[in-house]
Amino acid sequence: MTGLLTIEAAVKRFGDFVAVNGVSLTILAGRLTAIIGPNGAGKTTLINLATGALFPDSGAMRFKGEAITRLAVHRRIRKGLSRSFQIMNIFARLSVLQNLLVPVLARRGRAGIPFHAIEQETEAVSEARQILREIGLLDEENVPAGTLSHGDQRLLELGIAVAPAPELCFLDEPSSGLTPVERSRVLELIRRLSGERHTTFVIVEHDMDVVFSLADWIVVMNRGEVLAEGPPAEIRENRAVREVYLGEELSA
Amino acid sequence: MPGRLPSRTAILVVLLVLALFLLPWVAGKYPVYLTIQILILAVFSIGFNLLFGYTGLLSFGQAGFFAVGAYGCAKILLAVPNLFLGIAGGVALAGVAALLLGMLSVRHTRIYFSMLTLAFGMMIYSIAWKWRDFTGGDDGLVGIPRAPLEIPGLMSLSVATMERYYYVVLVLSLAAIAAMHRLVRSPLGLTLQAIRDSETRAEFAGVPVRKYRLVAFTVAGLYAGLAGALLPPLENTVTPPIAHWSTSAEPVLATLLGGVHAFSGPIVGAFLFFIIKDIIVRFTEYWLIWFGVIVVALVMGFPGGVMSIFVKRPK
Repeated sequence: MTGLLTIEAAVKRFGDFVAVNGVSLTILAGRLTAIIGPNGAGKTTLINLATGALFPDSGAMRFKGEAITRLAVHRRIRKGLSRSFQIMNIFARLSVLQNLLVPVLARRGRAGIPFHAIEQETEAVSEARQILREIGLLDEENVPAGTLSHGDQRLLELGIAVAPAPELCFLDEPSSGLTPVERSRVLELIRRLSGERHTTFVIVEHDMDVVFSLADWIVVMNRGEVLAEGPPAEIRENRAVREVYLGEELSA
Repeated sequence: MPGRLPSRTAILVVLLVLALFLLPWVAGKYPVYLTIQILILAVFSIGFNLLFGYTGLLSFGQAGFFAVGAYGCAKILLAVPNLFLGIAGGVALAGVAALLLGMLSVRHTRIYFSMLTLAFGMMIYSIAWKWRDFTGGDDGLVGIPRAPLEIPGLMSLSVATMERYYYVVLVLSLAAIAAMHRLVRSPLGLTLQAIRDSETRAEFAGVPVRKYRLVAFTVAGLYAGLAGALLPPLENTVTPPIAHWSTSAEPVLATLLGGVHAFSGPIVGAFLFFIIKDIIVRFTEYWLIWFGVIVVALVMGFPGGVMSIFVKRPK
């Protein structure tokens, strides 16, 4: 099987600390993958390498067969590779609708149109509204995004991440800091979007309930390396995984 | 920003524009001269605020592009007495200068960007000071004509009187302000504001951030150039102090006075700047000290600028 994204022997050091140590990984289209591991395992660094926020010290990355190892972030987005952030990252002073218009206009190549009103971009506006409908924030479209509740900001961020219509979308701890009600809304949304939008999601998550209810495939990282990968049932039984990670988590 | 221009604002704007067009009939030479200065600073400041308020970049070097516009216009007018050519040439030169220095400046943000622009601005200042053969050194350029608006073989309109020149400045300023008003409400304006709110998020929304910072920087340079180009025909001279960093501080102060987050903030601020200055200089030659005190008091009293009273803000 050929992967949507293949990472070959990626290494990233910060000084003496090796955050990602020779990780090779294949992400298959349509298979919701979860990356788990203790703090400092290198999960977020791996996402940063895959999405271009950081460049690897060595190793290579291919997306749909094309080398993207040192491609600029905005070019990766155009190719269909996007992400959300662990720390909330939205356009706080723009309205909720404008938050989605930014990626939609960029994808349509209309982000630099200087002399006509945004309202005249009717196709982009209706596309942005469609996403707002999907994430359930249509009623809030004129509210400044910074005034939304934490949970709604998470939903909005998810909306911004899927607005470029990516084929592959990384979600860095999508459920962190949410109430149980908000969390189930976010999970429901991820499940629905991965069906409706033909987007393959890769989530980094600490919450094991989330991981085992959502993922088709689990990658376990520890100390910058891939410890194991496989379907949830197999990972649950894996002795090494239980020792470094799940053991403490399950007994807690 | 969400929301539309309320109709009360529209009426106010129409009345204000009308009053500006009638001004030379009802007021003497000095108010007309002062209004020209206000309009020039308003153009200078809205360009600056596209960078500062909309894109989140604080430039301390805008006087450099103001000076390129002024010296460019002056040199052209001394060679070819045609006001169209002088102003267009000054603006174009400032745009080119901003594009070139922008390529180096927009690689950085925050204080590093501000320091770089300050350095580039002072570089232009020292060129104005030292390149005697071209700029006239500390004597500056003198005898710059208030040349006619001329399209060879088609028309030639004399604007030699202050009142006539006032209309040139008024029409160009209003056009520049109107163009900026459209720009900030366009997809480009939204993209710039997105970069201001979160550079990383914008990048990950598919926006080539550095390219759009350069666009904003160049547009701000064009506006500084236009403001600069309008000055020599008014004063008939250009001297190096217009390139000094203290000139760069004028749009910063005007924008802080009027308000960063309102489109009209820098324009209102330009008005306040000259009115406050005009009143203080009647009492003391150390006007800048008192001006500073007033600016500090106003900024502390209205942290979002004077215009923030009229803008609905969250929280």
